[in-house]
Amino acid sequence: MIIKGGIVYDPANGIFGEEMDICIENGRIAEDAGGEVIDARGLLVMPGGVDAHSHIAGPKLNTGRIMRPDDSRMGTEPRTRVCRPSTGYTVPNCYAIGYRYARLGYTTAFEAATPIIEARHTHEELEEIPIVDKGALTLFGSNWTVMECVRDNDLGRLAAYVAWGLRAARGYGVKIVNPGGGEAWGFGSNVKSVHDPVPHFDVTPAQIIRALAEVNERLRLPHSIHLHFNNLGRPGNYTTAIETLELLKDIKPSRMRQVVHVAHMQFSAYGGTGWKDFESKASVIADYFNQTNHATMDLGQIIFGPATTMTADAPLEYANARIGHQKWSNHDIELEESSGVVPWVYMRKMPVNAVQWAIGLELALLTRDPWKVVMTTDHPNGGPFVNYPEIISLLMSREKREEEMKTLHEVVRSRSTLPSIERELDWSEIVIMTRAAPARILGLEDKGHLGIGADADVSIYNIKPEEIDPSKDHAEVKAGMSRAKYTIKGGVVVVRDGEIVAAPQGRTYWVDAAVPESEMDRMLSALKEKFERYYSIRMSNYMVQDAYLSNPFVVRAGVQPLKEVI
Amino acid sequence: MILQIEDVLCTFCGCLCDDIRVEVNEGRIEKVRGACRLGSSKIMGHNRIKSPMIRKDGELVEVGYEDAYRRAAEILVSAKHPLLYGWASTTCEALKKGILLAEEIGGVIDTTATVCHGPSIIGIEEKGLVGSTLGQIKNRADLIVFWGCNPSEAHPRHTLRYSSNACGRFVPEGRKGRKVLVIDVRETRTARNADRFLRIQPGTDYEIISALRMIIGGKADSLPEDIAGVPRKDLIEIADMMKNAKFGAIFFGLGLTHSRGRYKNVDNALSLVSELNSHTKFVIMAMRGHYNVTGAGQVLAWSSGYPMAVDYARGAPYYNPGETSCCDLLSRRDVDAALIIASDPASNLPRGCVEALGEMPVIQIDPFENPTTLFADVVIPSAIAGIEAEGTAYRMDGLSLRLRKLVDTEYPSDVEILQAILDNIRRLRDDN
Repeated sequence: MIIKGGIVYDPANGIFGEEMDICIENGRIAEDAGGEVIDARGLLVMPGGVDAHSHIAGPKLNTGRIMRPDDSRMGTEPRTRVCRPSTGYTVPNCYAIGYRYARLGYTTAFEAATPIIEARHTHEELEEIPIVDKGALTLFGSNWTVMECVRDNDLGRLAAYVAWGLRAARGYGVKIVNPGGGEAWGFGSNVKSVHDPVPHFDVTPAQIIRALAEVNERLRLPHSIHLHFNNLGRPGNYTTAIETLELLKDIKPSRMRQVVHVAHMQFSAYGGTGWKDFESKASVIADYFNQTNHATMDLGQIIFGPATTMTADAPLEYANARIGHQKWSNHDIELEESSGVVPWVYMRKMPVNAVQWAIGLELALLTRDPWKVVMTTDHPNGGPFVNYPEIISLLMSREKREEEMKTLHEVVRSRSTLPSIERELDWSEIVIMTRAAPARILGLEDKGHLGIGADADVSIYNIKPEEIDPSKDHAEVKAGMSRAKYTIKGGVVVVRDGEIVAAPQGRTYWVDAAVPESEMDRMLSALKEKFERYYSIRMSNYMVQDAYLSNPFVVRAGVQPLKEVI
Repeated sequence: MILQIEDVLCTFCGCLCDDIRVEVNEGRIEKVRGACRLGSSKIMGHNRIKSPMIRKDGELVEVGYEDAYRRAAEILVSAKHPLLYGWASTTCEALKKGILLAEEIGGVIDTTATVCHGPSIIGIEEKGLVGSTLGQIKNRADLIVFWGCNPSEAHPRHTLRYSSNACGRFVPEGRKGRKVLVIDVRETRTARNADRFLRIQPGTDYEIISALRMIIGGKADSLPEDIAGVPRKDLIEIADMMKNAKFGAIFFGLGLTHSRGRYKNVDNALSLVSELNSHTKFVIMAMRGHYNVTGAGQVLAWSSGYPMAVDYARGAPYYNPGETSCCDLLSRRDVDAALIIASDPASNLPRGCVEALGEMPVIQIDPFENPTTLFADVVIPSAIAGIEAEGTAYRMDGLSLRLRKLVDTEYPSDVEILQAILDNIRRLRDDN
């Protein structure tokens, strides 16, 4: 296949809007190729989108669907010759997730939080999501074994457990959510700061985070730790964010990437002492990212209208339910986590929501290096991912931001710096934030770029970058980005003119990390006792079986002697 | 040769015990260890249907599988609005095939939840569910409440493995470390294990829960001396038990879902638990009956957005319990053929619905003969999931587990049967 005459953006390879042909052979980008010719003359061409943080599969998704039949009624699309039926807006069914990502030009999406014991369910849903490649991050932040290893300062055993846990969950990376808080919630409390000890375990969130970061690098995992801060969602929490990032400054990365990825930064960039004087601290956070190099973030941009909040931060969901007078689901997970789901609506005239909206945009615009930023809505917490084109058009057009701000509560002007920000992102920066950066941050070497040998995941939009001025023509940008002209996944055309034309099964990425056998044996003998005494299932029934990954892609990692780079 | 298989899952009730030992000799199950009597009897097997059958001149006549598949396909293709019902005692993989089948023929899928914990699901739609895995309760709960359920008879290993009598990290003493409260209309065997048994009048659950909510909300003074026959002071005592627990758990059964008030009872109980979390830690869980009725709801939810009663007649999923649920469709004569899998509606649906089933062509897929076989027009015997076929099932707390295959069989699995019917349907359609 040859894509002819497109205006190609491939920032990872130093290509910033050049007219060139892209050749595809055997599912990969190639030097040359024959076969089908796709006429992309003058059109915007870029690598397929990569979502590094989205909630797309697992028990909390189904909890959301079951408690929200009202949501499932939105976005209903009947079955077609190619497609299974779609339902839902904030909590779409599995099929809709795959089709809607593909229509946006996205070809990869990672589920951001799965407890090991419930990973089988996550994979059952991932299997049902068509088209996109996917993976799932595994939760370790309130896990009894993790906390005991940290308490005993036994990083060898912890490394073995993390490697085993990733294998058991067929997981891709280490996710930490409100570390220690999930355990404290087991008796209805929470941890209040990174130095607040976890009840019964004699460790602090700070110690958990540092130990998992060190072990993550010891195991040379493709992705860094992926962190949801303590105190997320609370006024004044920006200090917790910076205090936590400071803990990790001296850790050396084992690969060419960050040491910590911060999940949905927007929810942790809050000033004020309460909801009344709530204000943006995005500029302070962006300054911190501008001055340091060990952290990356995704936005967690909010979108006005309905959302469904779902997180392993169960105390946060309890608070959400109380504040919003909403129905509330909670799910504690033995020895590992807790979690919650609460429906939500973000309103333009609500002061806090207006400021939250501004914070996400401020973070993207004030952080100078786009490689440190991934565009997300923390789907469906900030709003559904189908709204990415809205965010793109906001980031590319100050005029659009001004128009929007007129419809919001006036505090957006006094409690954020957004009105004064002139920066408008260009196509290269958008491609970095939606493709190149998330792929690099996740450690997906063959994604997010169009170099020879890369996965042939390409999106082509009905936008002519040489004719359009995104600053003025933001409506066209939004419309064009909402329906890809072509989405090509692994060399197969899956979307043509915004319609799904093929729905192949994507791959599921997971990381198999090797550790010394002696460490593994030592860890397993302690773990066996946990199953004998505390788990409600047997160890032999715990691991996700191969049957649940019909198309696996295994990334090898593990403990190796680190060579000094001179 | 005798084969000992460890950590087998029991495919009887929603406890989905996964610690059963089974002894297999020459491809036959000889002994079952560690299961309750209900589970043992299921695993040991009984009354298998020997061959596929088709009803001819009022009599079931043995036929080959291909004939049965073709007849089943003919029934489903010529139906205007077929019902595909059951799914609670088979694997998630079977239901996935069933959903695909329903999409292709424009049928309705409903599960046995409709005559069981369907009202609980509607309650959850109203209020959400404050829950946990069973292991969390085993490790932490110092108060266990059984409301309108009787695990001693219906979920025999529940108390020892997960709840009142289990030992856990923060309750190492087991039963001695927990208080057990039973609320029911009669003194069940479960009630005999209780520290406190509150007997209430049938149909008064809603009032009792409302009174408890008022007491916990600080409005005890507004209550009358007597609430639906229960002295106020007794309820104050029970509310105190709840508030003073470090971790409380309510398990509820059909006593709540199928007495007066139905989903409103559940809605009220869910609200009670939600409010108790302002004082302490509390969770609630439905005592699901069939071993994979929870999984059926899960598969339907991720496939269609809805956990039961999904109608595909419009090409897209449509859900409106009361309209698209099995009993309502049957009593309105709004379906004209039925595929019954892994369930026995003849014994469990209201009489009028069973009569409606008797008037339409019925396909039955099941390993075992049951009263539904008596009026089925096509009977297709299947392998027993979890014994003769692999697959996935979800425990009552939503935890998914993999069922194993213990012995070989000549019978096709439910998945294979449904695929064969689907293939026949596609062929019939191509011919037309």
